[in-house]
Amino acid sequence: MSAPTYTLPPLPYAYDALEPHISAQIMELHHNKHHQTYITNLNSALRSQAEAVHASDITTQVSLQQAIKFNAGGHINHSLFWQNLAPASSVDAKSSSAPELIKQIKATWGDEESFREAFKAALLGIQGSGWGWLVKVETGKEQRLAIVTTKDQDPIVGKGETPIFGVDMWEHAYYLQYLNGKASYVENIWNVINWKTAEERFKGTRADAFRIFKASI
Amino acid sequence: MNSTLLRTSALRSALRAAAPKTSSRAGLAGTTFVRSKVTLPDLPYDYGALEPAISGKIMELHHSKHHNTYVTSFNNFSEQMAEAKHKEDIQTQIALQPLINFHGGGHINHSLFWENLAPTSKGGGEPPKGQLAKAINDNYGSLDAFKEKFNAALAGIQGSGWAWLVQDTQTGGIQIKTYANQDPVVGQFRPILGIDAWEHAYYLQYENRKAEYFKAIWDVINWQAAEKRFK
Repeated sequence: MSAPTYTLPPLPYAYDALEPHISAQIMELHHNKHHQTYITNLNSALRSQAEAVHASDITTQVSLQQAIKFNAGGHINHSLFWQNLAPASSVDAKSSSAPELIKQIKATWGDEESFREAFKAALLGIQGSGWGWLVKVETGKEQRLAIVTTKDQDPIVGKGETPIFGVDMWEHAYYLQYLNGKASYVENIWNVINWKTAEERFKGTRADAFRIFKASI
Repeated sequence: MNSTLLRTSALRSALRAAAPKTSSRAGLAGTTFVRSKVTLPDLPYDYGALEPAISGKIMELHHSKHHNTYVTSFNNFSEQMAEAKHKEDIQTQIALQPLINFHGGGHINHSLFWENLAPTSKGGGEPPKGQLAKAINDNYGSLDAFKEKFNAALAGIQGSGWAWLVQDTQTGGIQIKTYANQDPVVGQFRPILGIDAWEHAYYLQYENRKAEYFKAIWDVINWQAAEKRFK
C-alpha cells in the first residue's frame, strides 16, 4: 500500500551555528538522530495504517493512532523548532525583526520582559518531557496570543491555532551542555530565537506555518 | 558493613517520611501533625560503583541534583499544602496536588531505584531466587524473556517515565507496567523493581541509544532488593 514518506528536512544553518547557546553536539544528535527516529517511526506507522485501511482493519487503525500522533508530533515539532531558531549574531535573532508580533506581545503581557518571564515559568513548569509554544489563537475575527505547554510530542494543531515559536523541553535538547541546569538553557535560548520566522508565522495563516511539511514528503 | 546498614536504614526512613499515608506511626490520624521533612537518602554504594553500566557522573548528577530537587520541592509544596489545609483553602490544595504527585513521586521512585541497583561485586545482576524467580518463570517463561518484555515496555514509553515490575496487591500476580513522568506505583500495585527511562538517567553516557542503556542496566539490578519487596 502506498503511504506518504517523510524525510528529514535539512537544518537552515550549520550544526555549530547556535553555539555557544546550543552546542554542535546537541544539534547534531537532536537533528540527525532524534528527529530522524521520529520520521522513521512515523513512516513505518503510516505504512501499517495504509495496509490496515486497505484491509478494512479498523482495530489496527485505531491502535496505530497513538504511534502516529507521537511520531508525527515529533516530526512537526522539530521541523518548526529548527526554523524558529537562528544564529545569535544574525539580525533574525533580534526581536526588532518582529515588529508586529512584538506589538501584540506588549499589548498582551505589558512588555517583552514580562512575556519572557511568563514563557520561562511555563517552560520550567513542565513535568516530564514536552514543549512550550507561543501560539496565535484565532476565533472568528478575534486573534490573541497564548503561551501553551504540551506534553511529550503533542503538536499544536488545534483549530485556529498557529504555532509562532516553540522551545523543546525534552532533556535531550539541553542535557549534554546544561545538565540539570535547565533554567540556564531557558535563559540562553532567547539568544537564538528566530524572530523573523516568528513574525512570518504571526502574520501568515496556519497553512503557511505548516507548508514546510508538504515540501518534506 | 555498618555504614551500609546505616545508609540503608536512612533510605528506608526517608521513604517512610515521604509516604505518611502508608505509615503506621502514631499521631497521623489526628487533625494536626508536625510534618517531618523528607531528606535525600545516601546511596548504598559509591557513585562510580555501577560502572560501566551507569557512569559515575550520571549517578552523581542523578542523585545529588535531580533526586535532591524532588526532595526540596516536595518539602516546599508539602508545607504549602499544610498551610492551605490549615486555612481550609480548597482551591490551593487542589492546585498543589499535581506538584505533590510529581515531586513526591520523584522522591519515591528514585529512592526505590537506588535500592534496586547494586554493583556487580555486591550481587548486582545475579538472577532472582525463590518465590519471585518462580513467579517470573511462571509468567514469562524465563528471566531472559522477562527482560525482553521489560525492555520493550521501556522502549515504548513516549516521553519521560518509568517501567516497573509490580505486584497486584489484590491477586498477588506480577506484571510490567509503565508510568508517565514521576507517577509513583501506589494503590492497587506494589513496586518490585523499577527502571528510570528519563533521558537524564542515561543521556550523558548513551545519548540517543537508549536501547543500549536498557540492555546494560540488567548487569546492576539488585534482585535481592526486589525479592524483599515481593510478598
